[in-house]
Amino acid sequence: MNLYEQQAANRRRTWAIMIAFVAVLLLLGAGFDAFFVGAAGGSVPIGTIAALTGGTISALASYYNGDRAVLASTAATPIEELTAEAADDDKVKLRQLENVVDEMAIAAGLPRPRVYVVPDPDPNAFATGRGPEHSSIAVTRGLLDTLNREELQGVVAHEMSHIKNLDIRVMTVVAAMVGTIALLSDWAWRGMRWGGGSRGRDDGRGTGPAAIVFLVIWLIAIVLAPLVAQVLAMMVSRRREYLADASGAELTRNPIGLARALEKIEGVTGPTRAMKRGSAHLCITDPLGRQMNVREGHWAELFASHPPMAARIAALKGMAYEN
Amino acid sequence: MTGLILLVIVGLIIVWVIAGYNRLIGMKNQVLNGWRQIDVQLKRRHDLIPNLVNAVRGSMDFERDTLTAVMEARAKALTATGPADAAQKEGQLSLALGRLLAVAENYPTLKSNDNVKMLQEELSGTENKVGFARQFYNDIATKFNTAQQVFPTNLFAGALGFKPAELFEITDAADREVPTVDLSRRGTA
Repeated sequence: MNLYEQQAANRRRTWAIMIAFVAVLLLLGAGFDAFFVGAAGGSVPIGTIAALTGGTISALASYYNGDRAVLASTAATPIEELTAEAADDDKVKLRQLENVVDEMAIAAGLPRPRVYVVPDPDPNAFATGRGPEHSSIAVTRGLLDTLNREELQGVVAHEMSHIKNLDIRVMTVVAAMVGTIALLSDWAWRGMRWGGGSRGRDDGRGTGPAAIVFLVIWLIAIVLAPLVAQVLAMMVSRRREYLADASGAELTRNPIGLARALEKIEGVTGPTRAMKRGSAHLCITDPLGRQMNVREGHWAELFASHPPMAARIAALKGMAYEN
Repeated sequence: MTGLILLVIVGLIIVWVIAGYNRLIGMKNQVLNGWRQIDVQLKRRHDLIPNLVNAVRGSMDFERDTLTAVMEARAKALTATGPADAAQKEGQLSLALGRLLAVAENYPTLKSNDNVKMLQEELSGTENKVGFARQFYNDIATKFNTAQQVFPTNLFAGALGFKPAELFEITDAADREVPTVDLSRRGTA
């Protein structure tokens, strides 16, 4: 798969996710209507309307606020602010990061993303945003201190590929929708427990076998929706890490730079505390330091957010020997 | 009936030529934009060099030849016209700068000076930006040229006034010459 196929696949994926999202909203809302509004004798599908409008508004709000929310949750500081009060030798390091981001934006033919530094000693980096025109790259202080210029360039190229491949857009859409569904199914769950008490009194509708089956499906959906959404996000994440490594190497024409950077990052497997669980799939290595990402195998394949580091390094070194 | 079929075929050909023309125009503009990017980066480099030379002049006075070579190469690069000429002259400038940076490694006072470090970072940044702008330009220029040369687009590309874009590459053998740097004092630096 190359970059343009990945872009096309990501566009399709975005649509599929949005359609699935609307379907889940409908299911949550219709279930609520069938069992509570209908049971109470009402005919207006309040639940469906509320789920669709509330869900859409909430999802749009988190989509447009997604990058800011992620950056704020990691306490990322814009590089301009840091430079203003940095010591002279630190200024050189920060300037180097700015230059490297500029270089990679030029190599990718994209506008320059905003640059942030996360105050965390563990080396890690992530990209976020809605697309190439609204994108940000954040690196941790640990990454800045650990890597030399060449390695930093490799990591930034990897992140720039996520931007160019539209991976960041898919992730922002997924995050917005996962968040909304989690919120709504939480409400539905509460509403059901609250409504459950009144069902005994008014037993006019929804007691046939079909209704019970539907109720069971609805319950399962409420419980599983956030989990399924999370696994979906992870699955999208793993395959594209290899691709971002490869297209990053295409930008720098130097796969060894990123390979060395990954080796150094792997040497420090401590968790990146500034990165929350929700933003794990955005990072260049798993910030939670989970063993899952080190191992191969089916379970690891399903639940790890990143491919095994050794495999990524080997793939990059393979590219270097081909040339 | 035959007339209708002929009309449809002619219509299809016209639509196809229009589509091909528009695609080539789009690529041509990308190529021009890519070239402007190189130009921006080259200007940045030309502006930066006098600062660098002044910053290191005090400590590197007896490397006068290296410094003069840089300033001369810069003066020549300013007069360049067109991708091929610019590529050749900028290549010379890159070599001169590379030599200066390598020689500067021999001066511990320069290496520990934050101002000089900043200038060196700016210079490597600019060198890289020139390089990546060139890489991007050459990639899209090659795509543009290939699009013109493949059958059947080649049937009308020339007639519609499309010319292959010049690549920005170092063609002169002398430009590929590796700079000779005296590394004997590196151990003490």
